[in-house]
Amino acid sequence: MSEQLKVPTMAEFMAEGKQPEILFWVGSAGSYDDRAKKITKAFVKVLHKANVDFAVLGTEESNTGDVAKRAGNEFLFQMQAVMNIEVLNAYEVKRIVTCDPHSFNCIKNEYPSLGGNYDVIHHTQYIQELIEAGRLTVEGETYKGKRITFHDPCYLGRANSVYDAPRNVLKNTNATLTEMKRHKGTALCCGAGGAQMFKDAEPGNKEINVLRTEDALATNPDIIATGCPYCNTMMTDGIKAKEKEGTVTVLDVAELIANS
Amino acid sequence: MEYIPNILFAIVLIAGVGYFARNINKLIRNIKLGQEVDASDKKSERWTNVVRIALGQSKMVKRPVSGFLHVIVYVGFVIINIEVLEIIIDGIFGTHRIGIEILPLSVYGFLIGSFEVLAVLVLVTVVIFWLRRNVIKVKRFLSAEMKGWPKSDGNIILYFEVVLMCLFLVMNATDTPFQAMDSGNVISQFIAPWFNGFSVEALHTIERTAWWMHIVGILVFLNYLYYSKHLHILLAFPNVYYGSVEPKGKVNNLEAVTNEVKLMMDPDADPYAAPAESAADEVPAKFGASDVMDLSQVQLLNAYTCTECGRCTSACPANLTGKKLSPRKIMMDTRDRLVEVGKNIDANNGVFKDDGKQLLGDYILNEELWACTTCNACVEECPVSINPLSIILDMRRYLVMEQSAAPMELNNMMTNIENNGAPWPYNQMDRLNWANEE
Ligand code: SF4
Ligand code: SF4
Repeated sequence: MSEQLKVPTMAEFMAEGKQPEILFWVGSAGSYDDRAKKITKAFVKVLHKANVDFAVLGTEESNTGDVAKRAGNEFLFQMQAVMNIEVLNAYEVKRIVTCDPHSFNCIKNEYPSLGGNYDVIHHTQYIQELIEAGRLTVEGETYKGKRITFHDPCYLGRANSVYDAPRNVLKNTNATLTEMKRHKGTALCCGAGGAQMFKDAEPGNKEINVLRTEDALATNPDIIATGCPYCNTMMTDGIKAKEKEGTVTVLDVAELIANS
Repeated sequence: MEYIPNILFAIVLIAGVGYFARNINKLIRNIKLGQEVDASDKKSERWTNVVRIALGQSKMVKRPVSGFLHVIVYVGFVIINIEVLEIIIDGIFGTHRIGIEILPLSVYGFLIGSFEVLAVLVLVTVVIFWLRRNVIKVKRFLSAEMKGWPKSDGNIILYFEVVLMCLFLVMNATDTPFQAMDSGNVISQFIAPWFNGFSVEALHTIERTAWWMHIVGILVFLNYLYYSKHLHILLAFPNVYYGSVEPKGKVNNLEAVTNEVKLMMDPDADPYAAPAESAADEVPAKFGASDVMDLSQVQLLNAYTCTECGRCTSACPANLTGKKLSPRKIMMDTRDRLVEVGKNIDANNGVFKDDGKQLLGDYILNEELWACTTCNACVEECPVSINPLSIILDMRRYLVMEQSAAPMELNNMMTNIENNGAPWPYNQMDRLNWANEE
């Protein structure tokens, strides 16, 4: 992936007097976190492959405020929201796709009453849409025969009842999909939500991500697939804690599709 | 003299129902201590939920064993209580089994026969429930918050059911004319022989005693509800109706904050402008919740409705990994505090007198609140649409916005968002750098 990616911004589109099909909301993790940046780039590759006319906000994007809200700081959340909504509305954005279920949930459900009304979808839903529309073809060679188990991100699954899109997309890899005992509505959290990502856990007898990784390992997978940058970090750490780095990898659905 | 039983019955009935009504009034008063919520939207969806979740117990059967058993007790209990209607009429008018007179014999027999079969099913189920709690010791019934009263409460209700069902069957078995009729005595005909050799008068006395104890037992049960987790058999319905009809991930936006943010962001706003009318006599908004009065009426109804089943806690990632947080405890604490506040109001002629206590700190600890991942597993699991997470978030709001008492790492994270628009100390201007990095 050494070739330079073409990532147009909304400002550039605006300058040309054009509107992209969709705005790609990169999110804070996708912009700054080393592991998550790889997911961002993989998704951009997929967008290019499907010839999607997309744009990002770039330096005009700011944190959604989701994590501040869950930490209890409603002020900070609403400040961030109002700021972002101003930018989004100024660009007359209609449709937003994001690889981060937290941003997805926040913009979709919590921005409307503050004046931000958009059609917001998760990247697994968008990839499914692109495949169904025949815009994206997946060869399905790379992971053929591998065992993949999908970990439902709480903010995609339980929070918004999106369970099928990631699974449908993963079928295109021709891998064998296995389910953990706790999946879909009963999936166990990876441990990152509710601002836990940014603090140490309270005293207990185990780390949540290790427990969840054990759920995944019980399916004997080659790959643990996720659809969230935070889940990705948690599961990757869990794999390290279980000393399984040699045999199991954690990949985002976007990466799996970009590589197939 | 012959009216004495009727009068006695009427007195017992009025006392039982009256005391219950008085307590329900208190319960409503207590719930109204909470903040008002607007639930006038999506009526049809709300009714669908009531039919599916409360009446149809769709969430209960997600755990097939306990779900199935619960449905038996629930259906059995509700249907058998139709019999109470006959008892009440008989009691007031001094009739005996009025149903025989107004219904065709076959219908009456069918009804009583079904009640008897259900009574046996309920008895068997209740025994299994008791074993699960006391012998098999299902884990979710053993948590820290289930010590003491909650544990006894769970068992007391089972004993109640056993006694009521047995009284019902004995009443039928010792009712000589009813047995002679031989219709509907599907079960009691096998109990009747136990009383062979009793004189007619003795049988009649036993039958009357069982009859009286049955109705008195039901009235006691009704009044016991108010003090028990079994309130859910009544409150599950309104609770499900008022439960959320939004995606679970959606957390309400605080309106008081919206107003302030608007003022802050609006360059034309005059900071010295007189506050809008009506705002003058309003108490300044308190952000988040530190006590039950700060919670919403739905959250308080949630607390009264909680069945203490622990399904939420058994799915909670924090609890599963040994943290103090238990969503069931959040609900039980909220109810306990609300009851305490209610008693305080009763003792002080209708006004709450500050007792130096509150929900936060005296019941629920910061450590519990900060352990939550907001994963919604508890909300998903709850068979009666309770949302423990919303209470956790409202209390976090209080901690952060009123007390600045977030853990240090979270304060750092929030400062970063404030300064750089990201939870980490990166420069806002570097936000698109990923696109140019190899
Ligand atoms: S939302 Fe919080 S309390 Fe509820 S299950 Fe998840 S971690 Fe536990
Ligand atoms: S909140 Fe719901 S799931 Fe949890 S104990 Fe109460 S009734 Fe059961």
